Amino acid sequence: MLELLMRALMGGLGVAAVAGPLGAFVVWRRMAYFGDTLAHSALLGVALGFLFDINLNLAIIALCIGLALVLVTLQKKHIIATDTLLGILAHSALSLGMVAVSFLDHVRIDLMAYLFGDLLAIGQGDLYWIFGGGALVLLLLVVFWKPLLAVTVNEELAKVEGYPVEAIRLLLMLLVALVIAVAMKIVGVLLITSLMIIPAATSRRLSRTPVQMACLAGVIGCLSVCGGLWASYQWDTPTGPSVVVCAAMLFLMAYTWPFRKTA
Amino acid sequence: MSTRLAELKDISIQFGDRPLLEHINMSLHQGEIVTLIGPNGSGKSTLIRTLLGLQSPTTGDVIRHATLRIGYMPQKLHIDPTLPLTVRHFLGLVRGVDKRDIRPALEKVGIPHLEQAQVQVLSGGETQRLLLARALLNKPNLLVLDEPVQGVDVNGQVELYHLIASIRDELNCGVLMISHDLHLVMAQTDTVVCINQHVCCSGSPQHVKGHPAYQALFGVPGAEDSIAIYAHSHDHVHDDSGEVVEEGHVHSASCQHHH
Repeated sequence: MLELLMRALMGGLGVAAVAGPLGAFVVWRRMAYFGDTLAHSALLGVALGFLFDINLNLAIIALCIGLALVLVTLQKKHIIATDTLLGILAHSALSLGMVAVSFLDHVRIDLMAYLFGDLLAIGQGDLYWIFGGGALVLLLLVVFWKPLLAVTVNEELAKVEGYPVEAIRLLLMLLVALVIAVAMKIVGVLLITSLMIIPAATSRRLSRTPVQMACLAGVIGCLSVCGGLWASYQWDTPTGPSVVVCAAMLFLMAYTWPFRKTA
Repeated sequence: MSTRLAELKDISIQFGDRPLLEHINMSLHQGEIVTLIGPNGSGKSTLIRTLLGLQSPTTGDVIRHATLRIGYMPQKLHIDPTLPLTVRHFLGLVRGVDKRDIRPALEKVGIPHLEQAQVQVLSGGETQRLLLARALLNKPNLLVLDEPVQGVDVNGQVELYHLIASIRDELNCGVLMISHDLHLVMAQTDTVVCINQHVCCSGSPQHVKGHPAYQALFGVPGAEDSIAIYAHSHDHVHDDSGEVVEEGHVHSASCQHHH
């Protein structure tokens, strides 16, 4: 039991520590709905992974990146408003995923675990994925911090100054796809974006610089995981949603607490 | 003639079946201030976006000299309020910037006291100065300014234009700027290019002012300083109390763009 909890805690902390800082970019660039769309499509990745018998994480990453590219292409064509486009893709991908999963009668898939996550089902292999993938994301964030931020602040200025804007935008999508693949086990496709957005939004209130906000988002995410896991253990509530509820409570506290105004 | 920095050769841009620019020719030189004027929707911004490489022309060429380094000042700066960013951090984002240059750049544009301020709380004039500082940090030999005095009161506009002229004198860089109001920039401008999809006329400010094409676009001779031009050069309407009325913008007969 203790080993199970420890693994859950380690996995949760690993995901939160990465989702928080990346979440800051998602918030700054108003990509929340975009993240949601990719996350919803991850279920389709799972189905395809089972279907073609490939590693599920790889299948998810590949599908997310593919979808991100489709999105960017369609967005450029201005056929339809971006949020409508995202809505169409998000729910079609999710439904397609559920339909595809229903065809897989030779494997039993715990759909709930994929939709809402199951922290307690984390295995040793998952931990390697989380820490390997997480470390890669953090490393890329640190290395490309300045170009990522420059492109986020103003794409035109960045382009005129010679930053490779398209490549950086692609990198950011790749990072989001990686985090989704890695975080799916913990909070499930429906709640992944919350783990990116809520801690980042909470940390906004307490930060004066982008670095502060990103780091603090990681810390707040970790606190949410601890709190959620504890509540789940205490009252036997589902772990994924408990973590999100905990994050939401921290958000409320940060915005109702009478701090001196920081920014 | 001083060194040529960039040249636009027969640039045309179509958007659908609507021409944004038609056969534009233009060259920019070291130490020269060129001001683009023209009514709303005349393609001023499209023209400089083409020069910057942010927009590719349908036909025609943009020729950039090997030594060309552009400092660009966009029309507006919108930074999401969820992004906490100080003036110093904002300037630190310039590619390859030496952090020690930030302070002098702020001093040059007259806002060293705002170094630690959050960018979102700056006033219109302060934001323009911040953008100018960022353009300068790119060590440009050509400054491209898209309505550098937007959202600044008349006194502030005069100050900003003086600042731009003094920067030109100091760096001997070329300057290309868009302006809505020819009268305020006149003293510092070497060449005025009046466009309305195509180049209507160009030359010294005095020459352009007397040119029939300019007068057709910007009102009758002798009335340049009066309300007629003032109303013309804004894209919003004022009500009796001076408040901006939010609906649409005014057109003159000569302004031919479609909505």
